[in-house]
Amino acid sequence: MSASTSKSGRMHPHKFTMWLGIAAICMTFAGLTSAYVVKRAQSSWLEFKLPKEFWVSTLIILLSSLTMHLALKSFKARARLKYRNLITLTCLLGLLFGFVQWFGFQDLMSRGIQIFGEGSNPSASFLGVIVGLHFLHVFGGIVALVITTIRAYRKKVKSYDTTPVEVVSIYWHFVDILWIYLFIFFAIM
Amino acid sequence: MSNELVLNPGVDIAGDAHAHEHHHHQPFITKYIFSFDHKMIAKQYLLSGIFWAIIGGLMSLVFRLQLGFPDQAFPLLEEVLGKKWAPGGHINADAYYSLITIHGTVLLFFVLTGGLSGTFANFLIPLQIGARDMASPLMNMLSYWFFFLSGLIMLCSLFLETGPFAGGWQAYPPLSALGDASKGSKAGMDYWTTAMVLFVVSQLLGGLNYISTVLNMRTKGMSMTRMPLTIWGLMFQAVLGVLSFPVLTAGFVLLIFDRHFGTSFYLSDIFVNGVGALSHEGGNAILYQHLFWFLGHPEVYIVILPAMGLVSEVMSVNARKPIFGYTAMIGSMAAIVVLAFLVWAHHMFVTGLNPFLGSIFVLLTLLIAIPSAIKAFNWITTLWRGNNIFRPGMLFAIGFVSVFISGGLTGIFLGNAAIDIHIHDTYFVIAHFHLVMGVAGFFGMFCGIYHWYPKMFGRYMNNTLGDIHFWITIIGAYCIFWPMYYEGLSGMPRRYYDYSTWQSFKQFAELNKFISIAAIVTFFAQLLFIFNFFYSMFKGRKVRSQNPYHSNTLEWTTPIIPGHGNWPGEIPEVYRWPYDYNKDGREFTTQVTPIGADETEH
Repeated sequence: MSASTSKSGRMHPHKFTMWLGIAAICMTFAGLTSAYVVKRAQSSWLEFKLPKEFWVSTLIILLSSLTMHLALKSFKARARLKYRNLITLTCLLGLLFGFVQWFGFQDLMSRGIQIFGEGSNPSASFLGVIVGLHFLHVFGGIVALVITTIRAYRKKVKSYDTTPVEVVSIYWHFVDILWIYLFIFFAIM
Repeated sequence: MSNELVLNPGVDIAGDAHAHEHHHHQPFITKYIFSFDHKMIAKQYLLSGIFWAIIGGLMSLVFRLQLGFPDQAFPLLEEVLGKKWAPGGHINADAYYSLITIHGTVLLFFVLTGGLSGTFANFLIPLQIGARDMASPLMNMLSYWFFFLSGLIMLCSLFLETGPFAGGWQAYPPLSALGDASKGSKAGMDYWTTAMVLFVVSQLLGGLNYISTVLNMRTKGMSMTRMPLTIWGLMFQAVLGVLSFPVLTAGFVLLIFDRHFGTSFYLSDIFVNGVGALSHEGGNAILYQHLFWFLGHPEVYIVILPAMGLVSEVMSVNARKPIFGYTAMIGSMAAIVVLAFLVWAHHMFVTGLNPFLGSIFVLLTLLIAIPSAIKAFNWITTLWRGNNIFRPGMLFAIGFVSVFISGGLTGIFLGNAAIDIHIHDTYFVIAHFHLVMGVAGFFGMFCGIYHWYPKMFGRYMNNTLGDIHFWITIIGAYCIFWPMYYEGLSGMPRRYYDYSTWQSFKQFAELNKFISIAAIVTFFAQLLFIFNFFYSMFKGRKVRSQNPYHSNTLEWTTPIIPGHGNWPGEIPEVYRWPYDYNKDGREFTTQVTPIGADETEH
């Protein structure tokens, strides 16, 4: 069964489940960002500029979305080698994204803004928690990508089913869009 | 259904009528422990639910002894709980708070959420919509084992030296965010939070699966409006869970950071006895309450919606007539789902909430009365002039409607901000939610267990024991919770360790004694059920016919004990809704019967 949709033209159940999962993740971040909005309106809120690194990481994750898209295309075209290379690149870009986020926080700390610990301001802590939780989701995507890739290279069973790759790809684009949302949110705030 | 082919390649699908006779031998571990079969997973949830219900129920007995007999010593308590918890046969205040906290957590989450929806969503969804299994059996299996792990951690927390968490099941900061605030806020709180996060993971894995299965895996002809109301209830429950549990997790994440990483989301520079002023700045404890109740309120509907579905189905089968107002039932459930997300702040009327905002929440809260009333009306009209067969399942279904009304109507009192100022945090609240959610949830669960037991185990439970269980339970439940309304109206606060020291509450000493005795009797009546449940598994009367209740739904078209895959051969096609009882002179017409030339679809 290589068809990712059933004969009735309906979405594959696993894809559907992914979309539901995305809705759930959205609720987590909606909860956190609305808490941020509420908290900001209260006293002793520290204002600071976002680190420049976040611009870089935004570019990186956008690029990784592109490689993911191309990887899926090459999987569909059964270009295995190209697929493997693109997936590996996507994983690396994901990890790089995490590193750049980390440097962003280093930059903040060098400016004397404490993220956690005694004397930290909720505004910086929020940034730390939300961005950290977002990277946790990115990392989950990386793990899923690695598993899918290993599966695609099993010697015994040649699987040409695009569904798992599509599901991971949907998720990957989602964490990308989620980051864009968060970035704009923090930038405006 | 190509979805079937895609998802369950290992399951017998070929039109082999004898498939169940020569299925391959499964090792114990994959058949009973890490099983992918939704029916086995449902039984695992059910057994876990029963286990936790006994634990949670026993806890309530222990603290009821304290509340009913504050000046009496029970040496047995010291024997069982040890010198730390119950020195001299009195539970101490720390133990009391731990007990009420864990009692609430365990019964609400592990029994009425995990046990109730976990059992019946897993068991009924594939069977009643005509699917071989869930959309993702693997996720389903993981869902149970996350639940198991969560329970294990909660169980371990009971044996900690500083005791389990003691800050109330809502875990409000600052009490829950400060290890120094109380004994239970130390390691007990970390265990509690870990267990709860794992529980949320389990619920999300399950919930995603339930929704996906209902929307994608229905058999041919099973349109959404031909589904039994059980499935509607379970699906809506999953929608609520998937959209609100993540917000609770967000609240928990911030709480964990406040506890361990020195942030100030909830904690501010308050002064704590024995600690002094905190170094935290600018935190806001009310923020947690918003995040918490954004799940907390939907949570009570997560409990009640599956129960509503089970009750509707069982009632229709046993009244031998269609459920009254099928569409209105679906509509009212949908309305409850929408409103569930818009009323959370009615738990916070006395937190200094802006009165204008409060009035909006009052309005939205009172709106809940409308769908609830529609449902209550429909159940009563289903019973009206039905050929009612009072099996235990039916008795519990009727009992459910009774406690749902008597508990629900008092929600109108509490939903009014002005009245709530007086009765907030009193026994009035306790009585309200125990009846409308606790007892009603349990009744829905019992109703489902008695009714579907033959399908689960191929044997019947004993009806006489079931009847006795029902009557003691409903009378007992009213004896326990009804007096609490009076106590609450006269201002008796909840969560106090000993009321005898207050002049104004001394008058309730005898009433508290009465409540405690009723609680003890009711608890022991539940042991009848436990005995009935396990005894019937091995010694109950065997089910001889495929459709013992003459029910219309699909689960009764499977073999008496279905194998993995549910139907040997093809999955039956569906031609009508499930409530054609006594239509056109026929006592019942199953869903797999084509619409005749001489009849109309409902």
